[in-house]
Amino acid sequence: MMRGRVLIPIVVFAALLMSIGLVRIMTIAGASPRSEFLAATMSTETVPDETPQWLVEISLPDGPPRVVTDRVDSLGRAVTVSCASCHSNFDANSARRSADEPPMSFHQGLTFQHGNLSCVTCHNPDDYNALRLADGTRIEYRQVMKSCAQCHAPQARDYERGLHGGMTGFWDRTKGPQKRKSCIDCHDPHAPKFPSMTPTFKPIDRFLEPTRPGD
Amino acid sequence: MSDSDKRTISLPVLGEVSRRTALKAGGATLGLAAFAAAVSPLAGLRGRLSAQELMQRHYKELSADDKARIFERLENEAKERYGADVKIKDPKAIPGVRYGYAINLSVCNGNGACMEACHRENNHDRSTNQSYIRVFEMPIGTTDFKHGDSTYTHDVPREGKYYLPVQCFQCENPPCVDVCPVEATWQEDDGIVVVDYNWCIGCRYCQAACPYHARRFNWKEPQIPAEEVNPDQGYLSNRIRPAGVVEKCHFCLHRTREGRQPACLEACPTGARIFGNLLDPESEIRTVLRTKRVFVLKEELGARPTLFYFFD
Ligand code: SF4
Ligand code: SF4
Repeated sequence: MMRGRVLIPIVVFAALLMSIGLVRIMTIAGASPRSEFLAATMSTETVPDETPQWLVEISLPDGPPRVVTDRVDSLGRAVTVSCASCHSNFDANSARRSADEPPMSFHQGLTFQHGNLSCVTCHNPDDYNALRLADGTRIEYRQVMKSCAQCHAPQARDYERGLHGGMTGFWDRTKGPQKRKSCIDCHDPHAPKFPSMTPTFKPIDRFLEPTRPGD
Repeated sequence: MSDSDKRTISLPVLGEVSRRTALKAGGATLGLAAFAAAVSPLAGLRGRLSAQELMQRHYKELSADDKARIFERLENEAKERYGADVKIKDPKAIPGVRYGYAINLSVCNGNGACMEACHRENNHDRSTNQSYIRVFEMPIGTTDFKHGDSTYTHDVPREGKYYLPVQCFQCENPPCVDVCPVEATWQEDDGIVVVDYNWCIGCRYCQAACPYHARRFNWKEPQIPAEEVNPDQGYLSNRIRPAGVVEKCHFCLHRTREGRQPACLEACPTGARIFGNLLDPESEIRTVLRTKRVFVLKEELGARPTLFYFFD
């Protein structure tokens, strides 16, 4: 009897510990790609003696975007092509700052309002399936925040500290994970100004209601 | 709460009479129904007040059994009146946690998604679009929201304006708590100022005492379609409140005491809101206090809000 009473809590506790361990391994293994400049502050490693922390998951592009063509495959799905399939045939024009002039037929409708940058400030002319930093270093699309951080240092710093960009999930990461957006979820990289919005919801305050007809 | 506590806190106007003793004495002489009609200045609004509800003791005096019984009663009421299956819980303040909130006014664009998230999360009346938050469109150059407008409907942001979301600041020194004649509102260990909606007599003293217009009076019983009722409810937070009582923001304690972010923060599309534990030096909210020039509204009044504003 006594034995049972003591054992049960121990088993439950061990199961709890195991489940925490398992969950951690799973979250780390299933982690979405994260930008390197964030890795230092958002590490999943924990200091010994501290409760394990859940991961901060950042939504980042998996790879380079694909361009939709006017073709469909045998199943009726739109055929997409990689950027490089066209761009490997052209020499890069480092002076180009807009998509309005021909032969940019694939980029019609693209608005470009991002300072004085040219396309190849961020896009990599040696490999259009990748981006590049100001010093020419090739980076993958999923490392795009590194590119943004070169010019927007205060925002990048605040982002690293969790003060920019918002989040969902848990404030207390010993209890659950956090999800965060990446720069390009809110800021279109070609026109990064946060868009104007229409308020959708207004409380109706009693003191604002007309008290007499015609008020 | 012990009797000696009560004696030191109770206001001269009530002498030694707490709400409970007043109710008991009144109930004995008048009979329950007559007394129920007499005690509340808005008796008409509380027509469905049951005898059990009337005799319910102060939250702090409730045993676990009492609570289980009361929560079940409230869950049944929600089913009866709203057709919704709800679960009422009572999460406790987490030891070592004191909540702080900060809003970045440089990025807030006044779209008001926070107000709507509050409206849905906290089971507010649908017909009035009630919410614990108001976002004021402010002329640049003042933080006094009497110059602000909360009724704008045009696209935001506007040139020459900034946007100031206001809700309960969970003041460290809350004047609203001091004035309550029946202790229906108090500050919890994590700093959240709560209201026991079953103890509140609807006198609205607290509403008058709050310098920030953070408290709302429930003029009518909220109308909410069954499928829109948020079933995840806290006794001291978002359960459906009766008419005739005062309510206010509670930092979503039914979420935040489980480690989750408040609903308004998750809904904010600009990332203007930052929430966390003021006692944890590594937390985001402490980083705000350390690295930004924060301010509070009407600082000179000494209420010491724990919701801070800053500009980048
Ligand atoms: S903001 Fe108003 S209601 Fe909230 S704690 Fe301060 S005084 Fe009380
Ligand atoms: S209205 Fe405010 S002051 Fe009056 S009983 Fe309710 S909580 Fe207390």
